[in-house]
Parts: sequence; C-alpha cells; structure tokens
Amino acid sequence: MAAITVANLVKRFAEVTAVDRISFSVAEGELFGLLGPNGAGKTTIINILATLLHPTSGEAEVAGIPVSGNRDAVRRQIGVVFQEPALDVRLTGRENLQFHAMMYGLTKPQRKERIAEVLELVDLADRADQLVEKYSGGMKRRLEIARGLIQRPRVLFLDEPTLGLDTQTRRRIWDYIRSLNRNQRVTIILTTHYMEEADFLCDRVAIIDRGKIAALDSPAHLKNLLGGDILHLETAGRGEPLVKALKKTEWIRELKWHDGTLSVTLNRGDTRIPALMHIAQQTGTVIKSVNLSKPSLEDVFLHFTGRTIREEEASGDTPFRFAHRRRQGR
Amino acid sequence: MSAIQGIAIYVLWLRDIKRLFRAKSRLMGTLLMPLFFLAFLGTGFKRAQLPGMWGMNYSGFLTPGILGMSILFSSSFTGLSVIWDREFGFLKEIMVAPVSRISIVLGRIAGGLTTSLFQALAIFAVSLVIGFRPRQWLMIFPAIALMILISITFIGIGLSFAAKMRDTQGFNLIMNFVIFPLFFLSGALFPLAGFPGWVRILSRLDPLTYGVDGLRAALLGQSELPLLLNLGILGACALLSVLIGAWLFERSEYL
Repeated sequence: MAAITVANLVKRFAEVTAVDRISFSVAEGELFGLLGPNGAGKTTIINILATLLHPTSGEAEVAGIPVSGNRDAVRRQIGVVFQEPALDVRLTGRENLQFHAMMYGLTKPQRKERIAEVLELVDLADRADQLVEKYSGGMKRRLEIARGLIQRPRVLFLDEPTLGLDTQTRRRIWDYIRSLNRNQRVTIILTTHYMEEADFLCDRVAIIDRGKIAALDSPAHLKNLLGGDILHLETAGRGEPLVKALKKTEWIRELKWHDGTLSVTLNRGDTRIPALMHIAQQTGTVIKSVNLSKPSLEDVFLHFTGRTIREEEASGDTPFRFAHRRRQGR
Repeated sequence: MSAIQGIAIYVLWLRDIKRLFRAKSRLMGTLLMPLFFLAFLGTGFKRAQLPGMWGMNYSGFLTPGILGMSILFSSSFTGLSVIWDREFGFLKEIMVAPVSRISIVLGRIAGGLTTSLFQALAIFAVSLVIGFRPRQWLMIFPAIALMILISITFIGIGLSFAAKMRDTQGFNLIMNFVIFPLFFLSGALFPLAGFPGWVRILSRLDPLTYGVDGLRAALLGQSELPLLLNLGILGACALLSVLIGAWLFERSEYL
C-alpha cells in the first residue's frame, strides 16, 4: 500500500499558485525527497499532507486516509519536523518531549520508555533536563527529530532537516535519518534544496520547480538521463588518431574535442579508464591527465528547468516565496 | 472529531503553569500594575465622593474594579500567548497533534484561567492587607465565580483575535483599541452615573460592566443590578465568547 498518494493537488494563496497540479505517490518504507529551491512549493506540500493547510483542489491521502477528511486520524499516523524550530524554549528538552507524548495520548510507562529511547537515539540524554533556550541549533534539530519519533509514526515528514547546520551536524543527522528509515522502517518524506542531501539520502527524488514536478525518479536514474559520466582526457600533441579510434568504439556516447582536451560521455566511466588508456597507447597518443566527473543532481535540475537552483533562488521571481524567518538564535 | 480529550487539556494547562512560574518578572509585572492603581488611586481619591458610589469611601468602591481590571488584562494575555506560540513556531507542534481543536481551546482557557485567577486572588489578598473588608466573608464564593466568568469571557475574546492575527504588533494594537475602552466603560474606576446616556448604553454592551457590578454586589453589597442577574448575563457572555473563539480556531489555517 502507498504511504502517500497525491493527485492533481493545487494550493492557491491570494495571488500565487504555490502548488500546481502535482501528483505522486510514496511507497511504504520509502525515503522520498522533494528537491527544489526556496519557494518552489515544497513546504506547502508538506503542510497540506500534515493537515495544517487545506488544499484548494485535488486529492491527498496519508496512509490511505484523505487529509481533508478525518484530520485527527491522519495526525495520528504522522510525525512532522518543521522547517522552522517548533520547540518551547522555556521548557527543558525532556518537558518538550513529555508535552508531545501526552498530546499523542501515550500512557505513562510508554512515555517513560520512549522518551528515554529517542533521547538515546539523538544523543541528548545528558542534556535532556536543560532549558531548550540553552541548546545549539544542531541540538534543537536533533530534539525535534526525536520528538517526531515518539509516537512511532508511519510517515515522518522532515522539512529541510539540515537547513543552517554545520557540515558535521548535517552528516550526523543524515545518518540518523538513514538508520531510521532502514532500521525502523519509517516512511520518510523530506524536502531539501541541498543536492547532496537528496542524492545521499533519497530512494526517489521529485524535482519541484515553481509548484510543479519537473522530474521524478531515483537519483541514479535521473543522473543517467543526462547520458552518464564524463571523462576529460588531456592529451599531449595531436589527438586525431585517438579521436578516430574512439569514434569506432561502441560504448562511447559522445565525443568532444576542445583545446587539447577530449571530453568523452559514457556510462560507468570509472570502469572504462583502463580500456581508454589501452586505446590511447595503441594509437600512440600521450595522455597527460584523466578527470572523471559524475553528473550531479544540480546538473539534473539544470537539465529539467534550464536554471540552476542558485540562479532560481537569486532571481526572486519564484511563484511563491515564504517569508522565511529562521530563528537560529533561539 | 470534537471529542474532549482530558489529557491534552491537562498538558496544555501544565505548560502554562510551568511557564508562569518560570517567568518571574512577567508575574511580578502583571501583579504590580493593579497594585499601583489600588494604592495610588485609592489613597489619592480617598475623600472623593461621586454620584453612584452609594456614599462609601473610594478605595472600597475601587477594589472590585481593580480585581476586574486585573482579570481583564491577564485574560486577554492568553490570546497574546497564542500569537507568541505562532511566532516561535510552537503553535504548529500543537496544531499538528491528533487533538480536537475544542480540547486545545479548553486547554488554553484552563491555563489562562488559572493564571489570571491566581493573580486576582493575590491582589485580593493584598487589598485585605491594606484594609479592604468584604461585607460578608461567605460572599467571596460568588465573587470567585464572577472572576472565573470574567476571565473566560476575555480569554475567549483574546483567542478569537489570536485566531485571525499573525503578529504581536497587530494584536497589541487591536487589543489596546478593545481592552482600554472596555476597561473605562466598565465603571471599574468610577461610577458612570454622571456620564451622558449614550456612554451608559455603551457600557451596558461591555461584559466587564456586569463583572465589576457583580463583584461590587458580592463584596460591597451595593450594585446597580442584582448579583444573580450579573452572574447570568456574564455567564452567557462567557459561553458565547468561548464558542466563537473555538469556532474561529477550528476554521483558521496554519495555526
């Protein structure tokens, strides 16, 4: 059964269409990513699925329950970690978790056991009785992830889980997310505008641009759509004999000769380097250097939207820009 | 799903209580203002005699009014705390929980009510120290009932505004345009007997008027309307404002 089904979902605000006829489904146990620049509509999709916003039109189901129907039934199935911190900083970490566990109707022994369990999971057991005010950004994030897990949700939403965190903390949170998905079999839907994050974590990625899905597939497939890896061979002297020989080689998709450097597009470039060197030797070509570049999701985004994510964010003409008020200091 | 979930109401209440006693400066601040009013106005106008005061001394006349004022301000504060939660993001944590909206509203009311009742009783205790005496000690109980109803009424009004407002500035503006007129029209500081007729009609539309008059009926034994009538009207106001607040809360998005 699908954990999430979305069909022709539309969300219009006063004058902008933030989500424009989006359809996708997420399988049980999948780690699914929504990738796109700020303002592409990712958070709006999450907020609709988490029952905080009503869709303008279209259908959305979580664990088989329509989000516009029995909202409390949907709420019982999900955990949400919002993009902006949603902690009470005047309570301690443990009190925040207790509040949450009670709101979800857990019994006292359940609360005790699970709070200890999630605190252990995110390494906050020793800081649990401090006021959240005193926590660093990374600690707050981890506490929020822990909180989203207390009720053992079937589906966990993570909205920009590592936004504004340092590289080290980001890696640790990636590891948590991955092991959650693998070991606890939680279906996870995350939004991100970090290419590496989507690439590293997600089974499948939907590229969201201006409220629409531009592409949807596994990161590997998406990258393959671009035609594979690119090998740059720098040659000394004449390269023509090598070009001639390579043109006859069937596993090469594309060849470009530019300023003494040969760019070869091919699949599994790393495994073809020895063969290429062999051909070069046979044609008497001297290779000065070899550089293998793998296509990134950044290239994929560029391919499908004609813009890079950074350009998109800088242009400011995205259909809907949230008033991002990220409060790191609290 | 409009079931009332006791545990959710309890945990929302518990959070308010914890926050109340951790924010000691706020607690002191909200206690001090009514006490200043009581001390300075009560002393300064000691010999004042106005029509509608039934010939009693001013500080005695003022004390029920200051109790009403304290409850008015502290109860409206509940709406502000909802907006703070929205600004700090915590409101989403509450709204995404599988808890009926009516339970959330009731939890807020329970927390706000406890806070404002605690403050009102503290001020009442101080007024006893500086010489105020209720006409009959047993009449404290209907007085407390009135305080509860005043509090619920204005928590409901505050929540209604909070359901519609996005930031504290807007809320403060609106509340100042609402709270201060309600305060002055209620006759908490002075009798409205000497005012033109249209002011007295406006004051009849102000729920706090019945609260203050009821408190005077209970504590002083003197009032414009009988105690039970004040209780009845105020009870209806409280019910109405809770229903409106809950309804607006249920409908609003992104809370």
